[in-house]
Amino acid sequence: MDLLNAIVLFSNFVVLPGLAYGSQLALGALGVTLVFGILRFANFAHGDMMAFGTMVTILVTWWLQSAGIGLGVLPTALLALPFGIAFAALFALATDRLVYRYYRKVRASPGVFVMASIGVMFIMNGIVRLVIGPEDQRFGDGERFIIRAREFREITGLDEGLAIRTSQALTIVLAIILVAALFWFLQKTKTGTSMRAFSDNANLALLSGIDPERVVRITWLIAAALATIAGALYGLDKSFKPFTYFQLLLPIFAAAIVGGIGQPVGAIVGGYIVAFSEVTITYAYKKLLAYLLPEGLEPDGLMQFLSTDYKFAVSFIILVIVLLVRPTGIFRGKVI
Amino acid sequence: MSAGLSVATVRTLLAYAVMAVLLILVGFGQSWSLALAILNLCLISAVMSLGVNLQWGYAGIFNVGIMGFAALGGVAAVLVSSEPVADAWAAGGADMALAALAALVVCGLLAIVYRRFHKGPLRAIVMSAVIVVGYVAVRLFYDPAVAAIESVNPAKTGYLGGLGLPILVSWLVGGLFAGGAAWVVGKIALGLRADYLAIATLGISEIIVAVLKNEDWLTRGVKNVTGLPRPVPYEIDLQSSPGFIAWVERWHSDALAGLSGETREAALQLMVIDAAGVIVKLSYAGLFATVLVIILTLLVLALKSPWGRMVRAIRDNETAAAAMGKDVTMRHLQIFVLGSAIVGVAGAMLTTLDGQFTPGTYNPLRFTFLIMVMVIVGGSGNNLGAVLGGFLIWFVWIQAEPAGTWLMNLITASMDESNTIRAHLLDSAQHMRVILMGAVLLTVLRFSPGGILPERRETA
Repeated sequence: MDLLNAIVLFSNFVVLPGLAYGSQLALGALGVTLVFGILRFANFAHGDMMAFGTMVTILVTWWLQSAGIGLGVLPTALLALPFGIAFAALFALATDRLVYRYYRKVRASPGVFVMASIGVMFIMNGIVRLVIGPEDQRFGDGERFIIRAREFREITGLDEGLAIRTSQALTIVLAIILVAALFWFLQKTKTGTSMRAFSDNANLALLSGIDPERVVRITWLIAAALATIAGALYGLDKSFKPFTYFQLLLPIFAAAIVGGIGQPVGAIVGGYIVAFSEVTITYAYKKLLAYLLPEGLEPDGLMQFLSTDYKFAVSFIILVIVLLVRPTGIFRGKVI
Repeated sequence: MSAGLSVATVRTLLAYAVMAVLLILVGFGQSWSLALAILNLCLISAVMSLGVNLQWGYAGIFNVGIMGFAALGGVAAVLVSSEPVADAWAAGGADMALAALAALVVCGLLAIVYRRFHKGPLRAIVMSAVIVVGYVAVRLFYDPAVAAIESVNPAKTGYLGGLGLPILVSWLVGGLFAGGAAWVVGKIALGLRADYLAIATLGISEIIVAVLKNEDWLTRGVKNVTGLPRPVPYEIDLQSSPGFIAWVERWHSDALAGLSGETREAALQLMVIDAAGVIVKLSYAGLFATVLVIILTLLVLALKSPWGRMVRAIRDNETAAAAMGKDVTMRHLQIFVLGSAIVGVAGAMLTTLDGQFTPGTYNPLRFTFLIMVMVIVGGSGNNLGAVLGGFLIWFVWIQAEPAGTWLMNLITASMDESNTIRAHLLDSAQHMRVILMGAVLLTVLRFSPGGILPERRETA
């Protein structure tokens, strides 16, 4: 019985949140890694692109809510998501046209690209603050839980409850669908193949008659779509605050590097590694150990390795370990 | 001297003249007190900008952790200048020292294991074991120490305090702190890819600020440390000093000549208050300008030396420089540490000017990315350009807020007073300057990549 309770407790506070957070990071890291593979620079504006797409989604959600349109048990934000994706994609294409395309033409160094992405970050960040403000926003509606902790306890008769939030389940399901679709696209379609070819060897791809500008446009479209979905899911799961989205940049980059930058599979694996490390290291194990250890041995303290305020440290430590042990990442990414 | 050089010199002089006119205009148009306040922050920004220019402009090192190094300078100001809290030391000092000792022992053990074992899974396992056991051991002393220290008069102190030394010492210590942190980060991430260092510095700066916000025993966290001692006199002391009043009287003797009795007293009092504020700000400006000139001179001398030529050779062609036997990674580490130390000095100067340490105010937009804009706009690779960028961008950043409000007022003038969109736009006018900075950065990067004062390429 104690063992079952411990398993439920662990699932409720570590496994489920880790899966949801990992899926969000994986979607974000996929965008970063795709942009890196094709355009060959670390896009510092990615966090703010997530915030921008989410902001549009939130505004449309509020408008739909006021018009009385909803999805019943599911959050209205799902209906608004296509609008968010469309605006984020338009914005990404516009910045590529106005900013990055020039640097591709003059073959600028990666440092210049990164600096330009910081300029884009400023502008996106300013627009988000101007339109929706820097404060916390909530936009979730519909049924909040698939199963509540109390219901779970009544059904199973256990002491511990397992609560599954709609946003968590939605995140995991959507992430699986999106990742499957993305891999099908990259592996099976002609466009996807040309993208992989371009990422592997740009010159050879050019010789084979692949239009680089088209590849770049599609990359931005996919990155913007993934960023918006990841941002909206994160916002539904926790809450929307522009600055938090900027801070997500660190775990997302860590995820992309751990997996091997430029490698889509790596981004997903990296996302879950970073998320689970963060959750397991900042979780207080006191109650769990109380179930597992024999009576009389319960710990006094919280048994927490690191306070949640230091969750960035986890991403950083993972990053450092990867840099020291295997700089190419798990799936042998690019090293320029 | 070729004709090109003199054109560059004229350009430099002209740019600085424009900057001076801008500040003087604020003095006449708004107030001298405000102009001096802007000038002081311009000077600090210029020092930070010099540090970042050394890294980005002269070595192409991408540092996204400027905020963290500036914050370390701020901590130095607290730890050096605030009075030690004897009760807190008595309550938790011994345990904290034991925790530090335990941490040192763990580090020593790690070094021994690293040397004695061969590379492989066994070494990794032993090292992980040492880390886990060591961590628990450190926490054993650390947790009670923190609890004891933070419970000593938490409303007023609740931290160990500092050394009670003059705050000017902290400017050097701030440089040491920031340089030390940069050495650790650089040791790990330099020599790998350029963007790895960028991301590593982004991480370390977030961690540094998180530590400063949460470790109350060290810096009081978000409760802030206020009332740090000043290197310059207090306004109140000046206002009550007879010598100062007499001096102000002499200075304004013309204006006071026509007045008599109580009106003269009142006028004089206003002048004294005004003069005290200006003198204090001027003293700060003098101190900051001294630091700026010292650092600028050292940088110019260093970069003209053989060392400077080597550094530029490495930036322009790493492979060729390495082939000629230059240790690229070592030079990069040197520059990264030096540049970060300069940022640390500026961070300590900033906390000194504020007179308080507020970890909650460190945000990457203002402390990292704005400094980058300064370097790019001013002219990366040119020290005078970086200083100008520090002045100009800080000036624009500060003055863009009233300008944004004015613009929004103009746009929304036709709207109704109670219009919610109008209220929202007026509220968020301050965010306009973020967009403006982005636009300025992108425009300069695209159309004038060398900045306002481009690097001078010396031939032969």
